[in-house]
Amino acid sequence: MKLFKRQNNVLPGFGITLGFTIFYLSAIVLIPLSALVFRTMGLTWGEFISTVTAPRVMASYKVTFGAAIIAAGINAIFGVLVAWVLVRYRFPGRKIVDALVDLPFALPTAVAGITLATIYSSNGWVGRYLEPFGIKVAFTPLGITLAMTFIGLPFVVRTVQPVIEEIEVELEEAAACLGASRWQTLSRVIFPVLLPSILTGFALSFARGVGEYGSIIFIAGNMPMVSEITPLLIITKLEQFDYRGATAIACVMLLTSFLMLMVVNLLQKWSRRYAE
Amino acid sequence: MQNNGNSKATDRAQTEPTVVRWLLISVALVFIALFLMLPLAAVFIQAFDKGLSVYLDALKEPDTLSSIKLTLITAAVTVPLNLFFGVTAAWAIAKFTFPGKNLLITFIDLPFSVSPVISGLIYVLIFGLQGWIGPWLQDHDIKIVFAVPGIILATIFVTFPFVVRELIPLMEAQGKEEEEAALVLGATGLQTFFRVTLPNIKWGIIYGVILCNARAMGEFGAVSVVSGHIRGMTNTVPLHVEILYNEYNYTAAFAVASLLAFLALITLAIKTIAEWKVRQQLENN
Repeated sequence: MKLFKRQNNVLPGFGITLGFTIFYLSAIVLIPLSALVFRTMGLTWGEFISTVTAPRVMASYKVTFGAAIIAAGINAIFGVLVAWVLVRYRFPGRKIVDALVDLPFALPTAVAGITLATIYSSNGWVGRYLEPFGIKVAFTPLGITLAMTFIGLPFVVRTVQPVIEEIEVELEEAAACLGASRWQTLSRVIFPVLLPSILTGFALSFARGVGEYGSIIFIAGNMPMVSEITPLLIITKLEQFDYRGATAIACVMLLTSFLMLMVVNLLQKWSRRYAE
Repeated sequence: MQNNGNSKATDRAQTEPTVVRWLLISVALVFIALFLMLPLAAVFIQAFDKGLSVYLDALKEPDTLSSIKLTLITAAVTVPLNLFFGVTAAWAIAKFTFPGKNLLITFIDLPFSVSPVISGLIYVLIFGLQGWIGPWLQDHDIKIVFAVPGIILATIFVTFPFVVRELIPLMEAQGKEEEEAALVLGATGLQTFFRVTLPNIKWGIIYGVILCNARAMGEFGAVSVVSGHIRGMTNTVPLHVEILYNEYNYTAAFAVASLLAFLALITLAIKTIAEWKVRQQLENN
């Protein structure tokens, strides 16, 4: 405790606020999450491996991670475009579009799910125009990608937007004075500054897509081996009272999100390199 | 932020040709319209598809009303708890230095990076029949999982970081000089907090609370795992939407969903205002 008291700070309430913080954090987050880890450790290594590498589980990883990567890629491209347009250009309705970008954060996932499934079903508003081209979105892996794109978009826009806002005009002026064309300035000066934030947005969007459940199950079709995502598989196992299976797969997903968290932290350190 | 170039030369250096500019704006707007506006419009159009009376009947159905009640109760418990935690934790983290601070912030962020399904599962593993204290709870006839307390716990978990994440950077940016001045002038700790700190972080609190509330009322995955789906008993509004939809009762499903979409729109509006106020406050500092 001595370590804490050494600070020369006159503000009161440090001990009690930090104490409550650690208590509440442990009760709500840390102890429940450690239950998952301890439960998994109850399995033998062989059991664990055979559960998390069963063909149906492997197929679900493929669908989940594959769709999440593609969705994050789409978001990285269009998210940067939207962020750029919102910061740099003036057009009517800009403020409304800016506010709407956060819609996927605010709209409950179940609402997004049933709506996307309805719009993109074969007789839906958009689905009926895709049908003649042989493109089926609803109830296929394509639908999963679509739902993940929807929920992941704000992550890219909101990470890249502040970085574009902070780019100093002098940087572009200098490039132009030295004879760079606009394209050269964009690709050699602006893009390298934006890159860390684009990658951070990509990683956040990917991580959200991998864990997402509500908006996907309505549009996915949920066919084992074809369009079944990993979170759904966990719920299916739980409903069959296969607690061990559910726990083991959940543990793999938890490790994946820790890994993503570390990647994001590293990327943010990298992006601060420019700020200093 | 905005480049109002003084001459044509700087214009050319700092922005794209008009044609390119309008092309980029168009592509961005089409993308937003197709991916964000169309789904939002679809919710309301589907909801009113069969007329206002059908819409109102769907909302007046007893199961719908009880799901609304449960959602309101859940938010009424969750939001104040996470608000209290958020302010307390932000005070400790933003106003003091101590070892392990970054680790603490990482832990606080955890619920955001965990899949909602896992957020529900962990409570089943503790309180469920095969869980750590499940058998003891059953002996004493206490139901947590597949009942209202489980729903509230899972909701607290998924909305855990909202308020504190908003307050930490705001309180850090504001420093502690004002509080120190109040204390030196003889104010007590609580007086300092309520009269100096609280007015300064008011809009940050509103921002965090409104997002926390939106997620608490709209959470689906985590709640779905712990709910047990008992109609009229343990169904929140999003879970009720799922049931109606799976029964092919689309108009009713979208009618109930439109309530949530409306909530989302209000949330976005208040959030935009709060964001603007927070920015203003930080610039005034």
